[in-house]
Amino acid sequence: MTADLPLIDVERLTMRFGGLVAVDDVSFKAQPRQITAIIGPNGAGKTTVFNCITGFYKPTIGRLTLRGDREYLLERMLGHEIGQQARVARTFQNIRLFPGMTVLENLMVAQHNKLMRASGMSVFGLLGLNRYRVAEAAAVEKARSWLERIDLVVDADRPAGELPYGAQRRLEIARAMCTEPCLLCLDEPAAGLNPRESAELNELLVSIRDRDGIGVLLIEHDMSVVMRISDHVVVLDYGRKIAEGVPDDVRRDPAVIHAYLGTGEEGADA
Amino acid sequence: MGPRLSSLLKDAALTTFVAAALGLFIVGFRTVDVGSTKGLAFDYELVDLAVAVVAIFVGRLGLSFASDGQRWPALILGAVLGAVGAAPVRLPSTFLHWFVGLAGLLVIARSLWPSAERAFGQARQSPQGRKLGTVGARWLAWVLLAAAVILPITPLADQKTMDLGVLILTYVMLGWGLNIVVGLAGLLDLGYVAFYAVGAYSYALLSTQWGLGFWAVLPLAGAFAATFGLVLGFPVLRLRGDYLAIVTLGFGEIIRLVLINWVDLTNGPAGIGGIPGPTLFGAVFAENAPPGHKTFAEMMGVPFDGTQRLVFLYYIILGLALITNLFALRMRRLPVGRAWEALREDEIACRALGINPTNTKLTAFAIGAMFAGFAGSFFAAKQRFVSPESFVFIESAIILAIVVLGGMGSQIGVVLAAVLLIGLPEWFRELGTYRMLAFGLAMVLIMIFRPRGLIAHRAPSLRLHEKPGGGGG
Repeated sequence: MTADLPLIDVERLTMRFGGLVAVDDVSFKAQPRQITAIIGPNGAGKTTVFNCITGFYKPTIGRLTLRGDREYLLERMLGHEIGQQARVARTFQNIRLFPGMTVLENLMVAQHNKLMRASGMSVFGLLGLNRYRVAEAAAVEKARSWLERIDLVVDADRPAGELPYGAQRRLEIARAMCTEPCLLCLDEPAAGLNPRESAELNELLVSIRDRDGIGVLLIEHDMSVVMRISDHVVVLDYGRKIAEGVPDDVRRDPAVIHAYLGTGEEGADA
Repeated sequence: MGPRLSSLLKDAALTTFVAAALGLFIVGFRTVDVGSTKGLAFDYELVDLAVAVVAIFVGRLGLSFASDGQRWPALILGAVLGAVGAAPVRLPSTFLHWFVGLAGLLVIARSLWPSAERAFGQARQSPQGRKLGTVGARWLAWVLLAAAVILPITPLADQKTMDLGVLILTYVMLGWGLNIVVGLAGLLDLGYVAFYAVGAYSYALLSTQWGLGFWAVLPLAGAFAATFGLVLGFPVLRLRGDYLAIVTLGFGEIIRLVLINWVDLTNGPAGIGGIPGPTLFGAVFAENAPPGHKTFAEMMGVPFDGTQRLVFLYYIILGLALITNLFALRMRRLPVGRAWEALREDEIACRALGINPTNTKLTAFAIGAMFAGFAGSFFAAKQRFVSPESFVFIESAIILAIVVLGGMGSQIGVVLAAVLLIGLPEWFRELGTYRMLAFGLAMVLIMIFRPRGLIAHRAPSLRLHEKPGGGGG
């Protein structure tokens, strides 16, 4: 593993909302072709870190460097530019599909920027030129290959909102992958999944790491997911980083145990 | 049965009481002028009221039976009411005959409704029914189009029908244009008529001041309106939902006020007259051609007829509307069209996918404005006169109602809604004062029975698999 050049380098990230410090001086790195998990109790600031990386919030302080095809300073980019140019894709804690559109259309929308260029800002597309049709066929093929991977080919023409919950979660990941990202940010992908679905999700994430070679940044509460597939774990509590390391080390870290279970303090005082 | 019946009776009695209490003051008596010395006197119409109240009691009881699932008592009560309404009994007024008769029909319809609904649902589930549905949906558009094309040749095509046809098609075109903005991109635009006004005044001014012809101005008018759309949209499209609606509403009013007050350019409230109509290869549609032109009648060697001009206008607006439709259908299948729909569904998700929300909305806004501009310049050419009065808020509201009633995003729904909203009030002019009442009632009924619009079905913009049962071959 190339540990010297991280995929994303979060340095001294601080996010304040008025008087509330949601993220306080957090630094960590995520490597390419690795799954980096951010864990922590509720309200620890995990999603805020995500929103800063994906441009939904502008960090109060801090530098976010992404090394994709070149270096991007994410904190200086507008929300949609991060997806468009730096190619950071994300999913949401409460699923955000386009529920009225079909499964296939959801995956086509994800390839919007590529198709827009191919359609010559719609002019070639309006004229029905071959160049656009080829690009569209390729986009459908890409969508189909992802539908095969998440086992939703038969449901391709159904509205996405009609799918069962677990399928919607998988579809959202596939949609993010259709943007051809270099970093995939997943906000609690296992929330609400049953153990079998959760195991399938593990497989999918591992295949995204190993087969597609994409770096994954993962917020998760489900420890069976985190401990089994993460290469690196960052633990946040009250907006601060309290531990970092490989899963087994983090699991034994007293600060982490304290943050999750609240034990140890009484013992230490006594 | 006992306690149930008594509660139904009690309910009917309460309804009757409310109706009687209200009716007493509305229809029970009225003041009449009985000469200058004696002043006013009361004229009682208590018999009318009594008949109506009894009908309401029976009708309400029937409706309660029907919703209680007791079909036969409801049917009998409905039949009694219907019979009284139709019978040659002397009721005080013909209106009461209608009132009682329609009440009976309503009760009968209500009592038969559940079985009708079941039968309809079964028919829709059955393979033949489903096939009929898909075939019907596919052919409906073509049948409507064929009817629209041959309408001027049929004997129906008198002055009134053609006028109405042009009017409806104008609204169909506006509806299709606004459908891009509201139906696809989900931007609630309450000031759409502003772009219509821009188009109309573009043609009015360019033709009367600079002598440009309709066909030369048409693209210009579209470009002007689109530019206005861009200029307005750029600061405004960051707003969401209701806020956007209010700003566009304000913009619509501002344009109208500018048209009224900028007298030097627009001639103010007096409007601009003497606008030339569209020409066909240089031939004008008038009895006498201006110098340097030929009339259509001379060119074709046929006698002059007033409807020739209307038929010509009809085909122009039909063509323009079809261009709007084809454009919108095509755009929907392109990435930008899918991005519009995605923005309507979830803007935040769009941003996460790297779609620029502002640019995407701007294209929808500008394209919608462009078609309003086309329609506006057609309007000016048809009326030969424009004034700010034609571009009031109610026009925006009607166009929006067409889009919403048609079913957001449905192209054929817009046609049906335009026929309903524009055509019915025109056809029912004979109803006089009750016209708008009937119109309102129709709107309420549509909203109750088709809350998501006449055609709520959304067809995917592309499919991975062949359409089931669609006979893909």
